Amino acid sequence: MSDFTADNGPTNGTAKTSLFTQTARTKRRNAAETRFKVYGIGAIALGLFFLVALLFSIVANGIPAFKQTFVTIPVELTEAKLDKNGNRDPADLAKVTTFGYKPLVTSALIVALKEQGIEIPFAKEKDVEDILSSSVAAQVRDTVLANPDLIGQTVDFRLLASSRVDGYFKGRVTRESLVRDKNLDAEHLDVADAMVDAGLMKTSFNPAFIFGSDASESRPEQAGIGVSMIGSFFMMIVVLFLALPIGVAASIYLEEFAPQNKWTDLIEVNISNLAAVPSIVFGILGLAVFIQFAHLPQSAPLVGGLVLTLMTLPTIIISTRASLKAVPPSIRDAALGVGASKMQSVFHHVLPLAMPGILTGTIIGLAQALGETAPLLLIGMVGFIASNMPDGITAGFLSPNSAMPAQIYEWAKRADPAYYERAWGGIIILLVFLMTMNIIAVILRRRFERRW
Amino acid sequence: MNDMRIVRKDVDMNDTKISAKGVQVYYGDTHAIKDVDVEIKDKTVTAFIGPSGCGKSTFLRCLNRMNDTIDICRVEGKIELDGEDIYDKRVDPVQLRAKVGMVFQKPNPFPKSIYDNIAYGPRIHGLAKNKADLDEIVEKSLRRGAIWDEVKDRLHAPGTGLSGGQQQRLCIARAVATEPEVLLMDEPCSALDPIATLQVEELIDELRENFSVVIVTHSMQQAARVSQKTAFFHLGNLVEYGDTEQIFTNPKDERTESYITGRIG
Amino acid sequence: MPVLWLFILVLALGLIGFVLGRARALKDAQGDIRLLHSLPSYYGSNVLLATLIPGFAVLVLWLIVQPMVIHGQVAGMIPERGLSDYGSLNLAMSDVRRVAEGLDIAVEQGALSAEQARDIRTEFTDIRGRLGEVGVALGSNVQPYVLQAAQKYRAMNATGHWLMSAAVIAAAIAGFAIAYMRTGKDMRARNSVERVILILLLSAASIAILTTIGIVLSLIFNTIEFFKLYPATDFFFGTTWSPSFGGGSELGILPLFWGTFYVSIIALIVAVPIGLFAAVYLSEYAGPKVRAIAKPLLEVLAGIPTIVYGLFALLTVGPLLMSIFGQDGGLGWMQGGRSVMTAGLVMGVMLIPFVSSLSDDIINAVPQAMRDGSLGLGATKSETVKQVVLPAALPGIVGAILLAASRAIGETMIVVLGAGAAAKLDLNPFEAMTTVTTRIVSQLTGDADFSSPEALVAFALGMTLFVITLALNIFALYIVRKYREQYD
Repeated sequence: MSDFTADNGPTNGTAKTSLFTQTARTKRRNAAETRFKVYGIGAIALGLFFLVALLFSIVANGIPAFKQTFVTIPVELTEAKLDKNGNRDPADLAKVTTFGYKPLVTSALIVALKEQGIEIPFAKEKDVEDILSSSVAAQVRDTVLANPDLIGQTVDFRLLASSRVDGYFKGRVTRESLVRDKNLDAEHLDVADAMVDAGLMKTSFNPAFIFGSDASESRPEQAGIGVSMIGSFFMMIVVLFLALPIGVAASIYLEEFAPQNKWTDLIEVNISNLAAVPSIVFGILGLAVFIQFAHLPQSAPLVGGLVLTLMTLPTIIISTRASLKAVPPSIRDAALGVGASKMQSVFHHVLPLAMPGILTGTIIGLAQALGETAPLLLIGMVGFIASNMPDGITAGFLSPNSAMPAQIYEWAKRADPAYYERAWGGIIILLVFLMTMNIIAVILRRRFERRW
Repeated sequence: MNDMRIVRKDVDMNDTKISAKGVQVYYGDTHAIKDVDVEIKDKTVTAFIGPSGCGKSTFLRCLNRMNDTIDICRVEGKIELDGEDIYDKRVDPVQLRAKVGMVFQKPNPFPKSIYDNIAYGPRIHGLAKNKADLDEIVEKSLRRGAIWDEVKDRLHAPGTGLSGGQQQRLCIARAVATEPEVLLMDEPCSALDPIATLQVEELIDELRENFSVVIVTHSMQQAARVSQKTAFFHLGNLVEYGDTEQIFTNPKDERTESYITGRIG
Repeated sequence: MPVLWLFILVLALGLIGFVLGRARALKDAQGDIRLLHSLPSYYGSNVLLATLIPGFAVLVLWLIVQPMVIHGQVAGMIPERGLSDYGSLNLAMSDVRRVAEGLDIAVEQGALSAEQARDIRTEFTDIRGRLGEVGVALGSNVQPYVLQAAQKYRAMNATGHWLMSAAVIAAAIAGFAIAYMRTGKDMRARNSVERVILILLLSAASIAILTTIGIVLSLIFNTIEFFKLYPATDFFFGTTWSPSFGGGSELGILPLFWGTFYVSIIALIVAVPIGLFAAVYLSEYAGPKVRAIAKPLLEVLAGIPTIVYGLFALLTVGPLLMSIFGQDGGLGWMQGGRSVMTAGLVMGVMLIPFVSSLSDDIINAVPQAMRDGSLGLGATKSETVKQVVLPAALPGIVGAILLAASRAIGETMIVVLGAGAAAKLDLNPFEAMTTVTTRIVSQLTGDADFSSPEALVAFALGMTLFVITLALNIFALYIVRKYREQYD
C-alpha cells in the first residue's frame, strides 16, 4: 500500500496518515474551498446589496414627492376686480385672466403676513409673492369659475408654495444654493420659516401628485402622474384584450395542433427570436407601420398598446405553452377515449386546467409591458405635457397621452432638479403597480398549482 | 514506483479493513438502514446483495461518506476504517474519499480527455511530482483498468466517446489512479452488456490483490463469481453475512434462502 | 353609422344566426338530436362564424384601407406652399384632420348646419373663431387650402363610412344566408366549425411571422431610402457622428458602435462574474432555505423596469462616481455624471439576474453523476465545480453570456439617461459616450422630418442593431440547444 502526500511526493512508505490529522495539502485545499464559497456568498451579497441600494435610493428620493408645501391664507375675492358688471355671467367671468387674480392673491399674502407680524424684508412688498407657486392665480380662478357665488367673500385657500420653497423644506434647496438663483432669494426663506412658525405654511400629503396632470417645465410643484396613469391604463387594456386571446390561440395551435412542417418551424423560430429583439426595434416598427403607414394618431395609447402587444406576445406564448405542456397527456387521452374530437378535448379539458398558468403568464407579460419605455419614446409619447384627462373612452384610446414610464423619463430629462423628485415618486407608483401584479401572479400560481 | 500487478503478495484475508457497528441511516423520516454490523476484510471482494430498495447502495455510500452530499440524510452508529471512526468530527471527508474510492452504477466519465480523466484524481491530491510521473500514473492506472491497449493511441480523445464498457473501465481506472485502500463499486455492471460485464468482473478479481473491494450487485451470479464474502440485505436489515460459498450453498436465514432461490426479490 | 354600432349589428346578426341555425338543424331532425351529425350548438356556431368572419373581415380591412386612400387623395390637395407653411406634409395633414374634426363637432353642437360646414369659405367666415367657440382650438388661422382639404376629407370620410356600412352588412348577410341554407341534419357542422377555429388559431400563431416581416420591412424600406441620400460606406466606416438638421451632417456609425461596445463590455465585466458565482453558489452550496429566499430576491432585479435603472444611473450612480473620480474626488477623470462607466455599471446590475438564472439552469442540467464521480475521487466541492461542472456547462454558459451581450447592446433607457450624448472614440471609461440605441431615440423623437437623412439614419441604425442582436441570439440559442441535447 502506498500513501502519498504532496509534501514528500509519491513514496512507497508504510507510514499511514491518520484520518484524524489533516495533511498540509488538505488544509490548503480546504482553504481554497472556503475562499470559493466566500466568493459565491460575496456575489449574492453584492447582488442583494445592489437591490437594496436601488430600492433605498428610490424610496429615499421618491417619498418627498408625495408631500408638498402648502400656504393656507384667506383671499378676498373682490367683486370690483373679478366681476365688474356684477351679474355673475360665466362668459364675463371667464374674461378675467389669471393676471386679474394675481394681485388679489399677492395682497392676501401680504395681509396675512402682516397680521401675523411677519416682517417683509423686501423693498417692494410685492416681491414676496415668489414664495407662492406661479400656478396659484389659476387655482383661485378655477375655483371662482366653478363657483361664482364665492365672489365678494373672503375664502380660505390652500395654495401651492413655489418649488424652491418646497425644496427648502425637503432639504433640496439651501440658502447658499439660492445665491445664484433668479427665482427666489434667501430672504424668502426667512419669511417661509416665519410662516411655518405662524401656521400659515405646512408640508403635507399631496394627492395631486398621484391623481393630477403634468405641468409645464417651470412649475414642478404642480406636476402629477395621474393623466399618464390613465394613458398606461388604456394601453394595458389594449394589450390585455389583444395579447391574451392571440397569445392563447397561438399557443394552442403550436402546442396541440401544429403539424411538423416548415411553417410551424418558421413560427417557432420567429417567436423565440422576437422574444429577444430589443424593445426599441418594436418602437421603430410601431413608428413605421402604425404611424407612417397606417396613419394612426401619434402619441395615442392605442398605438402604444399595439406596439406593446406585439412585444408581449412572445412572453405570453412561451408561458402559455409551458402551462399547456404541463397538462398531462392522460387528460387528453381520456377525453379522446370517450369520443371527443381533438378540438373538444383541448377546449373542454386542457385549456381550463391550464388557465391559472396562462393567467399568471399574462399578468407577468402585462407587468413587463407596463414598465417598458423605449418603444413609447419613438411613437411620440414623450416631449409634450400630458395636462388633460381624456374625455371619454374613445379619446382615452386615441387622443395623445403619455404613459407612466414615459412620464418618468420626461421628468428625468427636465432641467429643474425639483422634477427628479417627481421622477423618483413616479417610480414608486409604477413599482407599486408592478408589485401588485406580481403578487397576484404569485398568489394565482400558489392557489391553483397542481402537481400531476 | 513498483508495479503492483506483478508483486504477488500473500493475501491476508483476516485483516479487518472496515468495521461498522450499529449503523442507522435515516432519509428524513424514513429509516433506511437498521442497525447494521459488518466487518469488511482487506484484500477481499465483498458483495452486497438484496432486492432493490433494501439499502445496500445506501450503506455502501456511507462507507466513504458520499451520503454527506444529500441534505436530508442522517447517519448514526460507528464506521471505522483501520480503527479510525470515519464520522469523527476531525475527519475530512475529502481525505477519506481519497482512501475509499468509488465507482458508480452509470459510467460517468468527465467531459475531458481520457488522459485528463485519469489524471484528475492524482492532480487534485498532488500525487505526481512532474509530468513524467503523471504520465506513468496514467499508464499504470489504465493498465490496471484493463483498458490501456484500447486507448493508448488516443489518450487525448474525449472520454465520453468510448463505449459503455470502456467508459466503466475508464471510471474504474480513474478511481484506481488515486491509490485508494478500499474501492466501492455500486452496481458497476448494471449498464453494461454481457461481454463488457465479463471484462469488468475479471478486472475486479485482479483488483483484489491490492485493494479491499466492496461491490453492490443486483445479480446473484455476479456475486457468486467475483466475491469471497457476501452480505445479504433485506428491508434495511443486514440479514446474513458470511463466506460467499456458504451464503449460496447453505444459507442460515430463511429470507436469504428465499432470495437465493428466487422466491423474493 | 359609427363603427361601434356596426360592430354590434354584425354581432347581433351572428347571434340571430346562431339561434336560427340551431333551430333549423333541430327541425330537420324532427327534434331528435340523435339524428344530427353534430351537437345542435355546432349548427348554430357554424352560422354564427359564417356571419361574423366576413363581416368583421370587411370591417377591419376597410378601416385600415380607407384612411390610407383618403390620406392619399387629400394630401394631393395640399399645394407646395403648404409644405413650406407647415414644415412637412404630416403636420399639414394633422391640421387638416383637426379642422375636419372641428367642423364635425360644430355640426354636432349645432353651431354650424351641415350645409354650412360643407360650403363655408375662409374668405367669408372666421373659421378659427367659429371652431374656437365649440372648443376646438387651432394654432393659427385656417388657410383656404386646408379648409378645402378638410371639407374634402369630411366628404370622403362620410361616403366611405356609408359604403363601409353597406359592404359590412352585405358580407355578413351573405355569409349568414349561405351557411343557413346549407344547414341540415346531415351537415358535418362540427367539422366545419372546427376547421374554421383551426384556421383562426393558425392565423394567431402566424402573427409572429407577420411581426418579423413588419420589422424587417419597416427597417429595410427606410434604410434603402437613407442610403439613397447618404452613402453606405460613409455610414459604416465614418468615424464622425455629427448630425445637423440644417444639412452637411456626418453620420458615421463607428463612434456609436464603440460606445455601445464599451458600455456592454463594462456591463458584462460586472454581471458575468457576479451572476456566475451567484449561480454556482445557489446551485451547488446553498441550502433549500437560502435558495428559496436569495433566488427570487435576485430575480426582482430582473423585474425592475429599465427606466428605473436609467434614473438610478443618472441620479444616483453618476453623482456617486463623480464624487470619487470627478474634480471633487481629486482625480479629475470624470467631467460629468453621464459616462460609459455609469451606464455600464448599472446595466451590469440589471444583467446579474439574467446571467445568474440562465447559468443556474445550465449548471443544474449537468448530471449529478458527474459531480458524484468527482466527489467520489475525493475532490472538494470547489474542485468539482471548477474542474468538472463548469467545463461541462461551458457551452451553455457561453450561450448565456452571448444572450446577455445581446441584451446589453439593445438596451435603451439606461444608456439614454446614463451614457451621454457625445459621439466619441475615446478610451477613458469616465467620458460620456453615446450608443446606437441612444441615437435612434434622439433622431426619431422631436419634430424631425421623416424624409431627411438625419431622421432616416435611425432606421439604418435600427437595422444594424436588429441584425447584430438577431445574429447573437440565433447563435446563442443554437449553442444552448446543442448543449441541452447533450444531457437530455
